[in-house]
Amino acid sequence: MGMTIIKSFTFTMSVLTAMIVQAQEGIFDEYREMMGDDNPAVFVIDEGEEYWFAPAGPKQATLAECDLGLGPGVLEGAYAYLPRYFEDAGRVMDLEARLEFCMVELQGRSREDIHAKPYSLRGDQGTEMEALAAFIVDQSSAVAVSPSQDRPEERAMYALGEELFYYRAGPHDFSCATCHEQAGMRIRLQDLANLDSHEGAAGAYTSWPAYRISEGVVRTMGWRMRDCLRQQRLPELVMGSPASVALQTYLAVNAAGAELAAPGLKR
Amino acid sequence: MAGKIRIRAQQQGDYTEVKALMRHPMETGLRKDQAGEPIPAHFIEEVTVTHKGNVVMHAYWGAAVSANPFLGIQFEGGAPGDEVAVVWTDNKGETGEGTTKIR
Repeated sequence: MGMTIIKSFTFTMSVLTAMIVQAQEGIFDEYREMMGDDNPAVFVIDEGEEYWFAPAGPKQATLAECDLGLGPGVLEGAYAYLPRYFEDAGRVMDLEARLEFCMVELQGRSREDIHAKPYSLRGDQGTEMEALAAFIVDQSSAVAVSPSQDRPEERAMYALGEELFYYRAGPHDFSCATCHEQAGMRIRLQDLANLDSHEGAAGAYTSWPAYRISEGVVRTMGWRMRDCLRQQRLPELVMGSPASVALQTYLAVNAAGAELAAPGLKR
Repeated sequence: MAGKIRIRAQQQGDYTEVKALMRHPMETGLRKDQAGEPIPAHFIEEVTVTHKGNVVMHAYWGAAVSANPFLGIQFEGGAPGDEVAVVWTDNKGETGEGTTKIR
């Protein structure tokens, strides 16, 4: 008798949980549908364009001649080929690392200046890095993710990213894979993508950077990596660092072929 | 940065559908920044939608509305080519305005 009650209670609970999860997903889908093309990221894209053409730094230069891999100033489709190896820098770079390189080389700015506050804190309306990322990524809309793996440096970056993905560390002995190597799982009510599969990595990689409704700002892919490491209680991931580039390379290569749909719209 | 409005108005048979996206921080005044200092309240208090100068919607908003708010309304009596405007005023006295023509 007691057993039956517990069993039916457990059953009811799991049905309820399933219903809540479904309802939640439904709400976000409904929300996205209602918004249509009206992603608040459009404002941030405009702001990014202003930053791109605004003289800044000791050299009072713009970023207009910044080479994101397809030639100086070529933005269309450029994000889709990142991360990639850059001859002039001698290393593999993601978007944020490359923007930092251009800010130093073209505008004469210091690393301290660029790293002072790359991502919005509470109450901020966005940062230069977030705006530039939104502006640049938007110009690769519907382009297939095509990170180069031709050079040994690029393949080594993928291997490092894979190693970091499975590397357990920190007070909770967590790795990225702890949450992200199974399909159909969730944390609280958020679905967790299986990032070592093409499907999972594609869903995540093509929708970041994204406007975060709960935070009111555009978050970059680098921020996403950094926040995941924060949740794992690991040391702060430095923007544009080899570890950040490696993790993004791992995701980009796993997602290769999928069409970019960023800036996305997230909870 | 505040002040921008992205607005669209489309004729849907008998009624006109207006969709407006506004750039605004909508700070409640109850949050604290990273240093623990309160972030001052800054939110839209009044929103007005007009069709050829006539008010078709007037609303009082407050701190509970999200950042970068999205407004969707429908009204009757519009026709393609008519001008529709959205205006807001916030608690600091700042305003934002956007106009478009009904498509």
